[in-house]
Amino acid sequence: MSECAKAIKLSGADIVTVAVRRVNISDKKKPILMDYIDPKKVTYLPNTAGCFNSDEALRTLRLAREIGGWKLVKLEVLGDKKNLFPEMIETLKSTEVLAKEGFKVMVYCNDDPLMAKRLENSGACAIMPLAAPIGSGLGIQNKVNVKIIRNQTKLPLIIDAGLGQASDAVIAMELGCDGVLVNTAIAKAKKPFEMALAFKNAVIAGRKSYLSGRIEKRILGSPSSPSEGII
Amino acid sequence: MKKIKKIKIKVNGKLKVIKEGYNLLNLINNLKIPIKKVAIELNKEIVDKKKLNIIKLKTNDKIEIVHFIGGG
Repeated sequence: MSECAKAIKLSGADIVTVAVRRVNISDKKKPILMDYIDPKKVTYLPNTAGCFNSDEALRTLRLAREIGGWKLVKLEVLGDKKNLFPEMIETLKSTEVLAKEGFKVMVYCNDDPLMAKRLENSGACAIMPLAAPIGSGLGIQNKVNVKIIRNQTKLPLIIDAGLGQASDAVIAMELGCDGVLVNTAIAKAKKPFEMALAFKNAVIAGRKSYLSGRIEKRILGSPSSPSEGII
Repeated sequence: MKKIKKIKIKVNGKLKVIKEGYNLLNLINNLKIPIKKVAIELNKEIVDKKKLNIIKLKTNDKIEIVHFIGGG
């Protein structure tokens, strides 16, 4: 738990996702997350990881709200256990219900621009498309779709799932995303603390690069030194 | 001597025998659970934590006590 807290600090993360699980009533000495990560310093984002239908997801988030009065939540309804893709019909249904109940819902979704639009219309407060399957480490597979989603929405756009290394985060930020959600790439790296720091720098670099306006791509060379005064 | 009746309930999936007349607050305190850091469900309905002391437990009640753990 203390390692996790250290990695979060090094990564500079503003938000950390948390899961709702049973309290261990037989072993009361088991450490509690809130003793290691102060919810006043890092925003806790209750999420529904592990839910496979709308009812489970709604139950989880209503309980989460009860724990601490959090309204900001992450919705994730999975469709199948093999590739962990989001079940978008259930996700859309849940988004509508949660938004009506006053939740601010950040939504894990596929990288389909049309679906992203429907989520936005249903009251999502942030769009969180996958880069690739959860835990796959493949990086962004469909940059074009992410760019299209970026261009169509003013909502925060966060790449969720599938990043494998720091450069994947740079690409996400250069596409204009507002952030990345990373777990496995850091937690399972050989040196998690170093990787946490790498991701922090990657996000900063990618964002600056995006805001700086990159040069146009050309097929031919163009000298970078002046040709005038050549000897 | 008057015998205290006991009832069976389930807490987080585990069978528990408690005294008859116990309310939810008695149970939570007995388990030494920090109320502020958990949410409580009684038979799949979320319980208002301010009303724990007025909810008496009945045989076969199913209680879930949950908290946050790390995980995305």
